[in-house]
Amino acid sequence: MEESLTLKKLRERFPASIIDTHSFRGDDTAVVKRVDVVDICRFLKESPDLSYNFLMDLTAVDYLQMNNPPKTERFEVVYHLYSIKYNHRVRIKAPLTEADPTIDSLTPLWAVANWLERECWDMFGIRFDGHPDLKRILLYEQFEGHPLRKDYPLTGRQPLIGPKN
Amino acid sequence: MEKTATLARELNIREMTLHMGPSHPAMHGTIRMFLELDGETVVSSDVEIGYLHRGFEKTCENRTYHQAIIYTDRLNYVSPLINNFGYAMAVEKLFGVDVPERCKYIRVIMSEICRITDHLTNVGASAMELGAITAFLYMIKAREMLWKLIEEVAGGRGVTPSYVRIGGVKDDLPEGFQGRTLEAFKVTREVLQEIHGLLTKNRIFVDRTKGVGAITADEAMSYGFTGPCLRSTGVAYDVRKAQPYMVYDKMNFEVPVGTNGDNYDRYLVRMEEIQQSMRICEQALFSMPPGPIKIDDPRITFPSKKDVYGKMESLINHFKLFMNGHGIMPPKGEVYQAVEGANGELGFYVISDGSGRPYRLRCRPPCFMIMSGVSRLVNGGMVADIVPTFGSVNMIGGECDR
Amino acid sequence: MAIESALGESVVLTRTDKVLGWARKYSLFLYPFVTACCGMEYMATAASHYDIDRFGAGLPRFSPRQADVLFVVGTISHKQAPILKRVWEQMCEPKWVVAFGGCTCSGGPYDNYATVQGIDTIVPVDVYIPGCPPRPETVLDGIMKLQEKIQNQKQEL
Ligand code: SF4
Repeated sequence: MEESLTLKKLRERFPASIIDTHSFRGDDTAVVKRVDVVDICRFLKESPDLSYNFLMDLTAVDYLQMNNPPKTERFEVVYHLYSIKYNHRVRIKAPLTEADPTIDSLTPLWAVANWLERECWDMFGIRFDGHPDLKRILLYEQFEGHPLRKDYPLTGRQPLIGPKN
Repeated sequence: MEKTATLARELNIREMTLHMGPSHPAMHGTIRMFLELDGETVVSSDVEIGYLHRGFEKTCENRTYHQAIIYTDRLNYVSPLINNFGYAMAVEKLFGVDVPERCKYIRVIMSEICRITDHLTNVGASAMELGAITAFLYMIKAREMLWKLIEEVAGGRGVTPSYVRIGGVKDDLPEGFQGRTLEAFKVTREVLQEIHGLLTKNRIFVDRTKGVGAITADEAMSYGFTGPCLRSTGVAYDVRKAQPYMVYDKMNFEVPVGTNGDNYDRYLVRMEEIQQSMRICEQALFSMPPGPIKIDDPRITFPSKKDVYGKMESLINHFKLFMNGHGIMPPKGEVYQAVEGANGELGFYVISDGSGRPYRLRCRPPCFMIMSGVSRLVNGGMVADIVPTFGSVNMIGGECDR
Repeated sequence: MAIESALGESVVLTRTDKVLGWARKYSLFLYPFVTACCGMEYMATAASHYDIDRFGAGLPRFSPRQADVLFVVGTISHKQAPILKRVWEQMCEPKWVVAFGGCTCSGGPYDNYATVQGIDTIVPVDVYIPGCPPRPETVLDGIMKLQEKIQNQKQEL
């Protein structure tokens, strides 16, 4: 299958940082090194023939229990970008290790990254360097742990008042 | 200037911090706003969400693909069927299958009915918060008619119908549905007419909404706004047009846009969208082909109830689909599927590891992005303007906090 | 004095109770603590189709100090729980609590880290209205149950 324009451009521009690309069911995906995420996103946003002006979604995945096949890095931060002008989408993924789940913040590029990164921190405990105010957003400050990590139990309740469980 | 400063010192004027919500009638019970006030002007604000965080994503990872449907209902509970369809389409995309034509038409019709109920509820509720209770009662009247249609089709009233099945829908439309829909639309049109009379040129309403809570297109895009909030700034982005799914490419409709991106424009865009949705519904109702309503693949869709009770093979098939460790198993992979929800682009990002449960199910909630920009919308305005602004962005807790 | 002792205390007391109960049950001031999906059905019940006003419960008060029935409508998360408790504490006696919907009764479909498994772990509940969400008819039935309870209980002055 022909590789899409975005992936081709990315490969040309960042040959060293693209780990892998695929287009499963038509969703263009590039797996990249985490150090270059901000540069890549800036390139995607600002280059005139791509102009990905929307950060549609930012989330993470915990691959702890993935055994089909197992992954070497535990976390992956996933960005979905969209361009109104060209009406195309791309997915950028950046693997992070369990020992150092840190990645650069996208807040200088998109305002919405602020809250999305806070959510990611809240749910997965992934730190975003350069984020202006990285604190919990959906849960409360007293909450310990990060519930969307696969090793957090589904019913691990931490009530503020009332009976414990 | 100096005089004001002296006066301020003498009167001991200082900035005030005010907490608005979470148990505030206009905050829908789930938002807390920290406001820095200078007199009545909001200097800065901070929005806290999460009071309705119910662990949607974690719960779905521990459920089978079909069990997750009921949780998608409760994301945006004012237009649940759109969530249903969005999720089902994401899983169908994982499988790489396409649903039959009639099913697509049914999905379009039901999505649009839901979009209408959502806009009706939103416009009605935000008008009520400004004191226009009559408008609210009228709109709920129309909504009740539409909910009756949904109930006929899905079996549940408009909040939690769970109508979709992966690879199809639960049942075909009942007999006489077309006529009753047209009847309900007649009432809805009358209501809209009345609402236009009550609100659109109403001095109080216009004064409180025009120019209030305005945002420019560039900023809106930076905040990830989609849906009516983005369209009111003049950007005609609508997933139904940009990346048509189901049968929207065969439908004739317009995407209404505003110019100023303020509360008034958001109101007008919503009102116009209701009209367009009715237009789509009517076209779909008249051009709907006959045929099956789900794909014929025993690995994905359930056999019909009649067969389950009457045929051995169907019973075994049913059993297999529901037994622990069996069920439907999409191939390994990951997909992102976007649909146009009532508030904007609603996306589902599903990762499958080949087992019967989603490895990761992420919902892109349009409200969340909009809420991240609300502080920007209210800063610099009056305290009282928070209520119409917050009302017009249509925050739905279930979706925003999940 | 003599008459009272002849009649016995209970007779007079029961009558007052009855009158007060009758008055109280038809002037319910609700505090809708609306958080989630059930709120949509609450809206539907309150609007003209089902018209909660017929039961004397048509006037929602958004200040706990002016309300006497706390309608907890929708999921209560652990983050929300202290607020609910606080609102309940601010209400004046006599007060009643109605758990509206499966989530408030038992946690409903959400058995996970975020959700309170039934609000009766936090505040005392008088009437449970099950359903996800309950239909308006069920809600009205619940209100009638509450009225019955109010009528028959010991009235404090
Ligand atoms: S009981 Fe059901 S409808 Fe009501 S709040 Fe809970 S999930 Fe929503």
